[in-house]
Amino acid sequence: MSSIPDISLILLKGLKVTLIVLVLSMMLSTIIALVAGLSRVSNNRLLTGFTKFYVEIFRGTSLIVQLFWFSYALPGLFNIHLGSDIWVAVLAISLNYGAYMSEIVRGAILSVPPGQTEASIALNLSRFQRMRHIIIPQAIRMMLPEYGNYLIQILKATSLVSLIGLTDFLYYGNIYRSTHLTEAPTVYILILIFYFLLALPLIGFTRKMEKVAKKGVVHG
Amino acid sequence: MEEPIVQYKDIHKSFGDVEVLKGIDLDILPGEKVALIGPSGSGKTTIIRLLMTLEQPTSGIIEVNGRNLWQMTDKKGEYIEADDKHLRSIRGDIGMVFQHFNLFPHMTILENCMLAPTIVSKKDKNEVRKTALEMLDKVGLSDKVELYPNQLSGGQKQRVAMARALMMRPKVMLFDEVTSALDPELVGEVLEVIRDLAKAGDMAMILVTHEMDFALDIADRVLFLNEGVIEEQGDPREILVTPKSARLKDFLVRFTTNR
Repeated sequence: MSSIPDISLILLKGLKVTLIVLVLSMMLSTIIALVAGLSRVSNNRLLTGFTKFYVEIFRGTSLIVQLFWFSYALPGLFNIHLGSDIWVAVLAISLNYGAYMSEIVRGAILSVPPGQTEASIALNLSRFQRMRHIIIPQAIRMMLPEYGNYLIQILKATSLVSLIGLTDFLYYGNIYRSTHLTEAPTVYILILIFYFLLALPLIGFTRKMEKVAKKGVVHG
Repeated sequence: MEEPIVQYKDIHKSFGDVEVLKGIDLDILPGEKVALIGPSGSGKTTIIRLLMTLEQPTSGIIEVNGRNLWQMTDKKGEYIEADDKHLRSIRGDIGMVFQHFNLFPHMTILENCMLAPTIVSKKDKNEVRKTALEMLDKVGLSDKVELYPNQLSGGQKQRVAMARALMMRPKVMLFDEVTSALDPELVGEVLEVIRDLAKAGDMAMILVTHEMDFALDIADRVLFLNEGVIEEQGDPREILVTPKSARLKDFLVRFTTNR
C-alpha cells in the first residue's frame, strides 16, 4: 500500500497540464467575453446577431460534447486540425465560458445608469470615448465578482480535459486507481484537495472583488 | 436685430403614442436667460433634451448658430439624419446640468472637470488642470478637488456638475431642474452659483425650474408650457405676477399653495 505522499507525487505530474489549460483558458475566455459582450451592445445588427448566435450555441450545448467535437469530429469531418490537444481543450473551454462571461460583460455595461451616457454626450464625448472613459471603467467594477466565480468554474472544467487524453490531475488519478483499486478513496480525496487548493486564490480574488464592487459607485 | 443662437421651428416630439411637444417655435438670443415653467409632463425637460441631442425630434428643425442640428446634407445635397460626427460638431456649444448631477463616480472631482477638455478639446493637461482648479474655486469647492463624488453633499455635487459643464465654455447652458433632487437647505448654494453665472455672462441659459422667485430674479423671459405648447411667454414680471391665461393662473396658484 502506497503512502499519501507517494500518490500525491504521481498526481502532481498532472499539475502542469491543469495549470497550463487553466491559465490559457482564463486569458482566452476573458478576451472572448469582452469582445462578444461589447459586440452584443453594439449598434451593428449583423455583429449583435452573430454574437448572439455564438453565445446561444455554446451556452446551449455541453462542454464535454464541445471538447469531443473539437477533438474528434472537426478533424474527421472537415479535416480541420486545431493543433495540439492542449489548444483544443483551451479553445473549447474558452469558447464555452467566454459565451457565459460575455453575458456578464453585456449586463454590466447595460447596468451603468443612462445618466452617465447622457452626461458624457453633454460633454461632447464621442461614442468610443464614452465607452472607453465612462462606461467600461464602471462596468468592469460591477462584473468582477461574477467574473471571479466563472474563473473558479473554469478551474473545475479543466478536469474534463482528461477525457480527450490530456494528462492532468484527474488523468493520473484515474490511471493510478485502475491499478490500485483499493486506494480509490485516497486518490479522489487527494484530487479534491488539490483542486480546492488551486481554487483558493480564485476564491480570495472573488471575495476581494465583491468588496471593491460594493464600494463603487452607482450614484454620481 | 440680433441673430438668435438657437431656433426651434415647429418642433414635435412623441414618445410612442404620446405627443409631448406639439409644435414649439422658440428663438433664444445670445446671452439670453430663459426660464421654462409648467406642470410636470408639460414637455419642459424634453425641450432642452432635444437641444442637447439626448432625444431626437419627431419633426421640425432645431438650428444652432444657423446650422441644422438633427439633419445634414449628404454628397448629393439631400437632407439626411445627422450622424454622430455632425452632432458633435454642433453640440460643443451646448452644455447641460442635470437634475441628478450625473457626475462620473469613478473619477475625482478634479478628473470630472478635466476629462472633456483633455480628451474632447485636446487641450494641454496642465492648462486644463489650472482652469479646472479656478473653476472649482469659483463654485467654492477648492478644498474638495481630490474627493470622489460620493463623498460630497448634493449641493456640492451639483456645483461640481456646473463647473464641469462650464469647462467646455458652452454658449448655451441648459439647466434641468437642477435643484429638484436637493434637500431644501442645499438649494440656496446652487442657485447662488447660477445667479453669479447669469449676472456675469454672455452665456445664454435655458432653465427648467420650479423656483419661481429665482426665475423672476434672473430670467429675461419666462415661458409657460402646458400640454406640449407654449401657452404664454414674456417678461418674468408679467408672466409670474400678472398672468393672463386661466391655466397659468391656475398653475401659479396651485404652485404657491403646494409649497
